[in-house]
Amino acid sequence: MTAHAKGNLIWSGGTLLLAGLMFFPILWMIITSFKTEDIAIAFPPRLFFTPTLENWQQAVLSGPVLEFMGNTALITVASTALALLLGIPAAYAMSYYRTRRTDGSMLWMMSTRMLPPAGVIVPLFVLFNDLNLLDTHLGLILLFAGMNLPLVVWMVAGFIDDLPFALIEAARLDGANLWQEFVSVLLPLLGPGLAATSLLALIFTWNEFFFAVNLTTRDAAPLSVYVSTFKAAQGDLFIAKMSAAATAAAIPVLVAGWIAQRQLVTGLTMGAVK
Amino acid sequence: MANSAAIPTAPTARRESTRRTGDARKFLSAPALVYLILVTQVPFAMTIWFSFTNWNLLRPNSTGFIGFERMFRNFTRVLGNADFYTVLWNTVYLTVAVALVTFVLGMCFALLLNRPFPGRALARTLLISPFLLMPVAAAVLWKNVLLDPSFGLSAWLFRVLGLNSVYLVQEAPMLSIIGIVSWQWTPFVMLILLAGLQSLPGDIIEAAELDGAGRVAMFRHITLPHLRRFIEIALLLEIIFILNIFGHIFVITSGGPGLQTTNLPYQIFLEAFSRWNIGRASTYGIFAIVLANIVVLLFLQVLRHKRQEEAL
Repeated sequence: MTAHAKGNLIWSGGTLLLAGLMFFPILWMIITSFKTEDIAIAFPPRLFFTPTLENWQQAVLSGPVLEFMGNTALITVASTALALLLGIPAAYAMSYYRTRRTDGSMLWMMSTRMLPPAGVIVPLFVLFNDLNLLDTHLGLILLFAGMNLPLVVWMVAGFIDDLPFALIEAARLDGANLWQEFVSVLLPLLGPGLAATSLLALIFTWNEFFFAVNLTTRDAAPLSVYVSTFKAAQGDLFIAKMSAAATAAAIPVLVAGWIAQRQLVTGLTMGAVK
Repeated sequence: MANSAAIPTAPTARRESTRRTGDARKFLSAPALVYLILVTQVPFAMTIWFSFTNWNLLRPNSTGFIGFERMFRNFTRVLGNADFYTVLWNTVYLTVAVALVTFVLGMCFALLLNRPFPGRALARTLLISPFLLMPVAAAVLWKNVLLDPSFGLSAWLFRVLGLNSVYLVQEAPMLSIIGIVSWQWTPFVMLILLAGLQSLPGDIIEAAELDGAGRVAMFRHITLPHLRRFIEIALLLEIIFILNIFGHIFVITSGGPGLQTTNLPYQIFLEAFSRWNIGRASTYGIFAIVLANIVVLLFLQVLRHKRQEEAL
């Protein structure tokens, strides 16, 4: 083996080792979720043990996790759908029908995504109270749709820009109306892009905590609000169950992020970096 | 996906050809714009209005405007209170510290990943995971499973090192928060810098190598200038989001001990939802908005520069 190849091996191995170190806390959480409570607090910590599904059974499958996860799933899916419904036509107009104001509107949209939630929480609470939206799914759905709308417009406009306009012109020559243009030309071509956009919206909505904890109490509270109640290890009994619940809460977004890895940068920077 | 860096814009030729049609389809963006105005600008305007009132939900009668001569009373009260400066300092300290730590670590990881090697995809997947983890779940994990002084993994680590077990969250609350938030946000910086590194044209690197440029010289004179906009975008965007950090503080320290880990969002949360002081909370909200807008304006400026450079 040449010195060069040996050097490469060390760099590659070192990088993988560091990556493993960054991931280790998550791995430890997953491992702990399969331990009994006794093994979870054993000293020294045990890496090898007989895994048990007891915590998953007790804390996730028969506990309140599933119920809260249902709230999160409903809020996430509905708010993403609403954001797509409003955002796709807007992206179409922004991309194909540019006016002098288009750039300004796009930047303004982006800036609304950057408004600090804490700066608007008080009026939102008052409005939600007056409109009977406190602790309802509908309230969070309407709010999170607004949160994800700039993301959808920016990402979808980027994807539409990549499509050849000739396809639209051809469809129009064939006499397609606006609806047909959308359904039979645009949407099929945008499919993968829309999937990536939805996954990114899912990542942001699923993990959201600030609005959720201040605008819901129990009925519509998402999973993040439930997980936040594990403020302290309650005695020596709960570390393994806590890990199981936290793992269950985290897995959908981890998987979504792994799948959407290639679009992650575009989504996180609102298209500023592709 | 090409790792070019661009703001999506339609080609100019298409722009001209479609604008002339004067089609009503350009109004398809109206519903989205109206919706965003309703969801973001209306509450924003209400925050400004509330900040001039003495509304407290515990005193239902006190909902009104305080009168012109006293309308800035919330502001003078806030500015005259030492707590405000502590909270402001905590917010800035937390944000700047996280930005620095994540920048250094993110840059290292981006450089390490910017070479083809077997297992690179795996390393990348492992590295981005902390960013995807639900923030409150990360907080619970670190606070109870990793750092607990009796049952956590840190207790064992301290013993192996021959030290007494310390509850870091209690001994160094702000540093614990900074560490945990940095762990989650390092991948964010890494991803953007990696995209920047991969957009560096190969022929420039080859030319520099032919000229006999060393690794350090190449990094300083070629890589770093090329990365400048990416660094600005990564850090400004990160700062915009870190100014809003709330879940970690809520779970790990509840802003304490005392005010030691209370940042602006947490202070607003306390004013609004434990003291029910709508007027005062809105005043703090104004400061949060001003602070964020300064950074957002810088960010938009960077985007404009970037677009101009790419148009050249």
